[in-house]
This record gives sequence, C-alpha cells and structure tokens, in this order.
Amino acid sequence: MKAPTWLTLHALLVFAFLYLPIVILILYSVNGQGVGGFPPRALTLNWYRILFNDGPIWDSVLNSLLVAAAAMLIALLFGIPAALALDRANFPGKALFRRLVLLPLILPGIITGLSLLMLFRVAEVKLSLLTIVLGHGTALISVATTEVFAGLQKVNRAQEEASLDLGATYWQTFWRITVPNLRLSIIGAALLIFTLSMDEIAVSFFLIGRDNTLPLEIWGRLRRGITPEINAISTIIFLFSWMAIVLWYRLRTRAEVTP
Amino acid sequence: MARTLLSANASSAKTTTMKTMSEPAIASTAKPTSLLSVRNVAKHFGKNIVLRDISLEIAEGEFLTILGESGSGKTTLLRILAGFEQSTSGEVWMQGERLDTQPPYRRRVNTVFQNYALFPHMTVEDNVGYGLRVAKRPTEEIQARVAEALSKVKMSEYAKSKPSKISGGQQQRIALARALVNRPRLLLLDEPLSALDANLRRQMQVELKALQREVGITFIFVTHDQEEAMVMSDRIALLRSGELEQVASPREIYSRPATSYTAQFIGHTNLLQADISRGTAMCDRLAWPTSLPDGSALFSLRPESIRLAKVAPPVIASPKTASPIRFRAHLRDRAFHGATELLRVETDGGLILTIRTATRDLPETPLEFEFLAADAIPVSDSDNSNNKERR
Amino acid sequence: MFSRAYRAAITVPPLIWVAVFLLVPYLLMFCYSFWSVSESGTIIHSWNLANYRELLTKPVYWETLLRSMWIAVRVTFFSMLLGYPLAYFLSFHVGARKDLYYQLVIIPLWVSYLVRAYAWKTILGTDGVMNTLLQYVHLTSHPLDFLLYSPFAVVLTLTHIYTPFTFLPIYASLEHIPRNLVEASHDLGATPQQTFWRVIFPLSIPGVLAGATFAFVLSLGDFLAPLLLGGPSGIMISNIVVSLFGAAYNWPLGAAISLCMLALVLALIVFSERLERKWSFS
Repeated sequence: MKAPTWLTLHALLVFAFLYLPIVILILYSVNGQGVGGFPPRALTLNWYRILFNDGPIWDSVLNSLLVAAAAMLIALLFGIPAALALDRANFPGKALFRRLVLLPLILPGIITGLSLLMLFRVAEVKLSLLTIVLGHGTALISVATTEVFAGLQKVNRAQEEASLDLGATYWQTFWRITVPNLRLSIIGAALLIFTLSMDEIAVSFFLIGRDNTLPLEIWGRLRRGITPEINAISTIIFLFSWMAIVLWYRLRTRAEVTP
Repeated sequence: MARTLLSANASSAKTTTMKTMSEPAIASTAKPTSLLSVRNVAKHFGKNIVLRDISLEIAEGEFLTILGESGSGKTTLLRILAGFEQSTSGEVWMQGERLDTQPPYRRRVNTVFQNYALFPHMTVEDNVGYGLRVAKRPTEEIQARVAEALSKVKMSEYAKSKPSKISGGQQQRIALARALVNRPRLLLLDEPLSALDANLRRQMQVELKALQREVGITFIFVTHDQEEAMVMSDRIALLRSGELEQVASPREIYSRPATSYTAQFIGHTNLLQADISRGTAMCDRLAWPTSLPDGSALFSLRPESIRLAKVAPPVIASPKTASPIRFRAHLRDRAFHGATELLRVETDGGLILTIRTATRDLPETPLEFEFLAADAIPVSDSDNSNNKERR
Repeated sequence: MFSRAYRAAITVPPLIWVAVFLLVPYLLMFCYSFWSVSESGTIIHSWNLANYRELLTKPVYWETLLRSMWIAVRVTFFSMLLGYPLAYFLSFHVGARKDLYYQLVIIPLWVSYLVRAYAWKTILGTDGVMNTLLQYVHLTSHPLDFLLYSPFAVVLTLTHIYTPFTFLPIYASLEHIPRNLVEASHDLGATPQQTFWRVIFPLSIPGVLAGATFAFVLSLGDFLAPLLLGGPSGIMISNIVVSLFGAAYNWPLGAAISLCMLALVLALIVFSERLERKWSFS
C-alpha cells in the first residue's frame, strides 16, 4: 500500500536528521579551513596526515584494542553460560539474576561506572587499564547474554533431543550440536562487543588510570579545544564502527536463516 | 440417463456460465437475480499468472463455493472481491455499480478470514460491533444488533470474553458474527473451517448452511475440500490453475463432470481411455455402446457405478435400459472406509479399476463385476486441453 | 534435564561475576551514601542520614533533578515523534527493501556516542554549519549563541542519539501485528486512519512504552552531552555527581545521589514493565 506523502516526507527527514551530522563531520575532516567556515572551499587530507603522526592518539588506540579484546573475552566467557542458564536451567534467585545481568543495558553508564569505582576503592585496586577491562566486561556481559539468548531461541531443540536419543551425553551434545548452531550468534556478539568496547566512554570515564583509551584521549583534547584532526579520527572511528556493525548485522540475520 | 452428444459437448467446454444460469439456484428466491458480475478478471504477479480471464455471475442469495487446490488462484479471486488485491485486468460489478474500483472499506462486502483475524485487544462484543462503531451507528443500535448477531451464532454468553480465551471453533463463530452484523450484500469466507478438527468441521458445515438460508445473504465460500463444497453449496465453481474448469450444482458436477480433472478432483473415478468404432467404445477387454463419433475418447466411471455381478438386482428387460457390461477381475487391494469398501482390482488385460462396494464378504477371486453403459460419462481430457482455443 | 555438573558450570561463573561486580558495588554504593567525608578528604565510616538531609533541603539538587527530568521528557517526546512514524512507515509501507532501511536506522545506534555528540558540537557552534546556514538564507543576521551551550543543544543531541533507541522496540511491536488484522479492519469499513488509531496503535503500546523508558532513563542519567554542549545552564543531575567524585570530592554525597537515581530508574522500569504487560495481547 502506498504511503501518504507526509509520512514519506517525515521518514526522509528523519533519515536526514540521523545522517547529516555525520556527513558534515566527514566533510569537515577534509576541509581545508579546518574547523571554521562552511561549506569547505578546499579539500585536503592534511588533517589525516597530522593524525598519523600523532603519537599519543595511536598509543590510546593500542590501549583500546587491548581493552576491547580482553573485555570481549570476559563478556563471552560469562555471557554465554548466563544465556544458557537463563534459557535452560532453573535455580533459586533466577529472576534476580536475570535482572542484574540485563541491568547495565538500560542503566545509565554513570551508575555502573561509579559503583565499580567504589568497589575498586574499597578493595584498594589502583585504577588502570585493568579496571577499565573489568568495567567493560561487566557492562557488556549483558550484550553477550542478550545476543546469545536470542540465538538460542533459534536453535532447533529437536536436533539436541535427537543427539541425546542417539546416545550422546549432555556435554557431547553441547559441544557437537549446540555450540556449532550458536557459532554465528557468538561471532556476531563478539564483533558487537568489541565495537562497543572501542567506543565506550561513560563507564571508562570513572575507571581510568594513567593510560587512556581512544575515546577518553579524544575527550581530553575536546576539553582543551577543537582541533581539526579530531574530525579526522572521528571519521575513521565512524567508518570502522560502521563496517563492524554491518558485519554483525549480516551475521545475525544469517544465523536466522540457517536451519 | 442417456446422454446425448450435444449436452456432453456443451458441458465439456470451458464455458462462461451464462449457460449454467439456466440451472436454478436452490435458494429461497424464486427468481434469481444477479448480485455480482465478475467480468474477465485476470491477475498477474510479475510473470506469474494466477488468474486468467475469470467470468462469473453470482445470484442473490446463493451459496457459491470456489473450489480448487492450493495454487489454483481461489484465494486471490476472493481477495480481489474483498478489495485486498487489484485485478490486473477485468472488472467486477455489483448490482449495477462498479465494485473493484472501490477500496475495501467502502464495499458492502464482508470477509470471514481463514485465521479469524479477531482483534486481540478487544472483547468479543467489541469485535463484533467494530464495523458498526466505525460507521458511527448510535450506541443502542449497536448494542441491539451485536446481541442479535451473538445469539445467532450461539455465543451470547461469551460477549465479554477476550479472543485469546475462547476456542478455535468459537473464534470462528465470532468472526462470522462480526461480518454478518453489518448486513453486507455479500459475505466472503476464506477457508474458515480448515483449522477445525473433522467432527467440529462437519458440524459447522451444517450450521453455516442453515445460517445462510436464514439470513438470505449471498455467500462465496473458498475451500480445497471437495466434500465440504458438495455439502454446502448451491453451486460449485471449480478453479484450476487460474481458470474455471466447471461451474455447476454439486449434483451436476458430480454426475456430469465436464473434464477428467473435474471427475478426479470431485470424488473418486476411473478414467477409461477408449477407442470408439462404429458406436462401440472399447477399453481393454471392456466394450460398451456410445453415441460418440469414431476416434479416441476419455470416459469417467465412478467406483460406485461398478457392482459385484452376483449381487446386482435382476435386470428388468426394457427397451430403454441396456444390459450391464460384465467383466472379470482379480482383487489386488481393499481399503476399509466404514460404510463402504474401496476395492482395487485388476482385469485380465491389466487394467486397474477402483470399485466401491458395501458388501463385506467377498467370494473367491477372480470376481465378476458389471456396470451400465450410461454410467460411463465422456469427459474432455484435461491434460490435453492446453491446445484448446485460448482467448 | 541436565546433569548437575553441567548446570553448575553454566550458572556458577556468571553468578559469581554478577555478585562481585554488580551486586557488591551497588551494596557499597548503598553504604557510602550513609557515610561522610572529613575536611582532609578521608571517608568517615560513621552511619548517618546527613547526605539525604542535604539532598532534601538544598534546592540546587531538586532544581537540577527537575531540570534533568524535563530535558529527559523532551528528549523522549521528540524521539517518539521522530521514531514512531518512521517505524510505522518501515513496517507497513516499505516492501522489498525493508531490511536495508532497517539497517540504516539502527546501525547509527551502535556507533560511537562521542562522535555523534561531537558532530553536533561543531554544527551548533557560532562558526558552525547551523549558524552559517541561517545567516546565508538571511534568517538571522548574527550567530545565535543559544544553539550551543544550552539545554536546547543537549535536547537536540540526545534526541539524535536516542531516536534509534525508541525506533527499535516500536518497530518490533509493529512487525508483530498480524497483517490480516489490518485487512479485517478495512473489510469492516474502517479507513486507514481509523484502522491506525483503533487497531494498530493500541497493539503497538508495549513497544512505545519500552522505547520511552529507554530514552527517558538513559537521557536522565547522561552526563557527557551536558559537559560537551550544555554549558552552565545545561547542567544535569549526573554532572553534579561527576563533580562530587572529582573536584568537589564528596563521595558519600555522590553515592547518595546515585542511589536515588538508581532507585528512580528501577521504579520506572518496573512500572513500565507492568504497563507493558497490561497492554500486550498475543
């Protein structure tokens, strides 16, 4: 059925609203005049060149990569069992457990960050990349759990029952049938978690020690004033995140199609 | 029972049903007036031709069933009448006014959906009164008409229930009430009984037929179940691959099928490919008199027309009745169907026939069977019909 | 169904992590809120209600909280205004490329908050795109300074960020509506408009509630946008907390405010879920 004109127009405007700021940012990153003046009169890759020579930025990129990798492992290591437990096991306190695991998804990052800060203070743990890893891991377990849980709904129970019927134990069934079925969900979840960790700022804000992650490095510079290379690094972040998310989405929809 | 050459040919062509209008609808109206006129309706989905050139006249007050397999186009045709699809070409007229150019919410047509499509967030009575509320009828009128509709389908005590709390059969009645309360000129039913179990289904068939007689509204019923069609309809329109194969009353379509497809789709039959020479049709070792010209022809012989020779009543010699044709066959298989049995037999020449008999104890095989020549109905060959004239 | 070892393996590790890194920190926050800070900057572990008294009596906290809630309400409202028709359009009026458009809407959701907030900062500045454009079409003669460093900027930026958040659950609930209900409504004489208000919208309410809760709760607790774009007039409650854990060094008071926020958020979530259950019919 064809849509009324105002509805189509509205949809177009919303798309524009969602994307124009990014487009403008990308334009700025190649703008010859830096942060002043629009529209760009001269195009240049100068800012990218400056960016590539900027040491501290790349240090922070490395830090972010390490943190993201570690956080991804933690989130998957604890999130996959959590999803299985929620889907299949019954135990006392399940309702509370489910609430707690999923809470960081909807809770503002400041609460997650501050509560962990207090934990580290009391436990006398110094703030560092490790504390950031622990923070990301905690926040992102909820993402892993949600993604894997959704993937579990699509796993064909009949296959698992057939496996048991044919003589396999629960462990064997788990590794031979369940996990391969979940493969796409897990890979997709890993991708998503990695990207979210790279971009994470709210929780990291409170748990940062001496070493910066990329978002916090950028944040620090923003407080001091805008330089055009920030446009360049933002564009790069945007493009990489975009690609990763598209990949995640493709994997996730493919997981639905494979029987 | 003798069939003339002319009438056999008349019903075997794919006709516009102006001819079948001479068959009076067995409805309460003495003089059937045409309510709906479907004129050369065709529907394509891209390259896929779902309906080709459908023309049909539907009388007021009649119960017409559109019968067909899945993929025959029957649901598409219904949706075109309801307004949910647009035909690619052709027109639909209702009582002198063009129907198919109107959106569904302006047609005096209502639909009973296959999965009932009851609104889950409204009570039963709110569901039933929906059409009246939307038309902004006064509250008292709505209440009265809803109560009346609910009592007609015997669901008055469920008025305040939610659809999720009532059974499938009950939901179906509510869907019916919801449609009928608006007093449409035409009611469309899209396989409404297919989700019900067999016993409930049979019961609903009877109730629906009685309801239609009572309210006098024209019903167009879509199903793939040929038994259902025969039980309920005044006329059946058999649809096959987007074309009307035959449109006739249940009795006519059963006893005088026009094509081999019709003969096989409705009930069981034996198709005999016969060579005709000088007034005698010969198939395998069987021979019977026919008035068709020389050549080859296809005949339909219903299983119940073949009887065990021993139990056949003594034939009263009369110039009108020809003597039955006898043959011998070996029993290969039998299937128990309650009141009757279906036997699969093989003649000496290797011809396999299906025979329906009520006899329990069968004598030793080989058995002797017989049938009357008049029961061998000539039908046109559906598989070869593609080379017939195309419009 | 499962062996005890298997059951233990999948429940115990996550339970431990959740207990250590979620439950215990919240409990600590609870404890901190009853302590106080000394002159020299050490935490005194004496239990009292001083912090809560402070919150109730000093107007600045109430004002900021109310301002934050007002900002959150506006963000929720505008996100809905943008998100709902978009979801409806995608669900009911887009044919073959539905999936593509869906991706286009939700992918920005996961892409760096910082980048998007920063983009708005450059757009709304005195030299930014907005001002340049307005002056170019002669709507204004000099740069507008309320565009940036104001509640307006915060609302605008957060709306941009949270519109995909509201879109998601609304779209999901709209997709869930069987299309034959829409056909049935038309069949019974209702125009598309009547069908929307009587059938489609009521059945989409759970999605609307979920989306609204997300947008409201997350924007209420936001502190980054105000820091980047809010200016002095755009300070939100979380900013007060941030400074209490930073320069203003009063962890117990900050914990008290955080705890109140947590309680408020939990109450909203529970309330919203209850409403969602009432409005869900499947």
